[in-house]
Amino acid sequence: MHRFANPARFVRIARPLTAWFGWVGIVLVAIALTGGLAVTPPDYLQGETVRIMYIHIPSAWLGMAGWGGIAAASFTQLVWRHPLAHVAARATAVPGAVYAAICLVTGSIWGRPTWGTWWEWDGRLTSMLVLFFLYLAYIALAQAAGREEGGQRIAAIFGLVGAINLPIIHFSVLWWRTLHQGESIGLTGSTIDKSLIWPIPLSVLGFSLIFLSVILMRMRALLADAKVEARLRRMASI
Amino acid sequence: MSATLDAWPFVIAAYAVAVSATVALMGFSVATLRRAERRADALDRQGKS
Repeated sequence: MHRFANPARFVRIARPLTAWFGWVGIVLVAIALTGGLAVTPPDYLQGETVRIMYIHIPSAWLGMAGWGGIAAASFTQLVWRHPLAHVAARATAVPGAVYAAICLVTGSIWGRPTWGTWWEWDGRLTSMLVLFFLYLAYIALAQAAGREEGGQRIAAIFGLVGAINLPIIHFSVLWWRTLHQGESIGLTGSTIDKSLIWPIPLSVLGFSLIFLSVILMRMRALLADAKVEARLRRMASI
Repeated sequence: MSATLDAWPFVIAAYAVAVSATVALMGFSVATLRRAERRADALDRQGKS
């Protein structure tokens, strides 16, 4: 892991990966969404609204995986003091917040025709909303910390503590049985019919690759800004 | 599902939100990266000359 501690080496590796992840992600998402909109049949119970799951599931996954990434980077920062860990966590926060917001909005749009309501304070929806607010708080903390090590450590501790919300989101449908349906896709199988499920893995993979591409772009931008700042400081001190 | 509601406007609205937010996120990230790299390159050139 410390092989990538050198920012110049990291940027050399990240540059081609950014483009590859981005373009492959766009192609996969285009196939998945075309399939989800035009190829798969309507559900016997939900009708056409079932098509919303092809964007809702990947956005829910990325909203949670984003915070998982922040927690892992924060742990790496606190334990091994890896120089890129804070940059990685900071770069993940905005895309994570965007996908948490997409998850909430698309879920709400699905809820209106299916449940008859835009919003319900049930366990899954509320814990996802809490995750969105955690992202906003993390973005503010990391922004305020800037290059100050103490502030970056506080942001890292917040990133680790906030991860407590991830199992709450995951198990919320089991702990509090309200409107949101239980787990549809697990490690051992799925309750979704085969004719409906095939675009989901493509969509999840495609959006994940786009997410990674965005994180790499944001990390490279943060590193370029840090380089400029360091150079200006050196020039000012001469 | 409520029989009185046509589902397609909801489906289209959800896809529009997801796709436009993703495109905006990518566009914003590309613009931020280009701006940062241009500044770093300009400073590099300034340092060499």
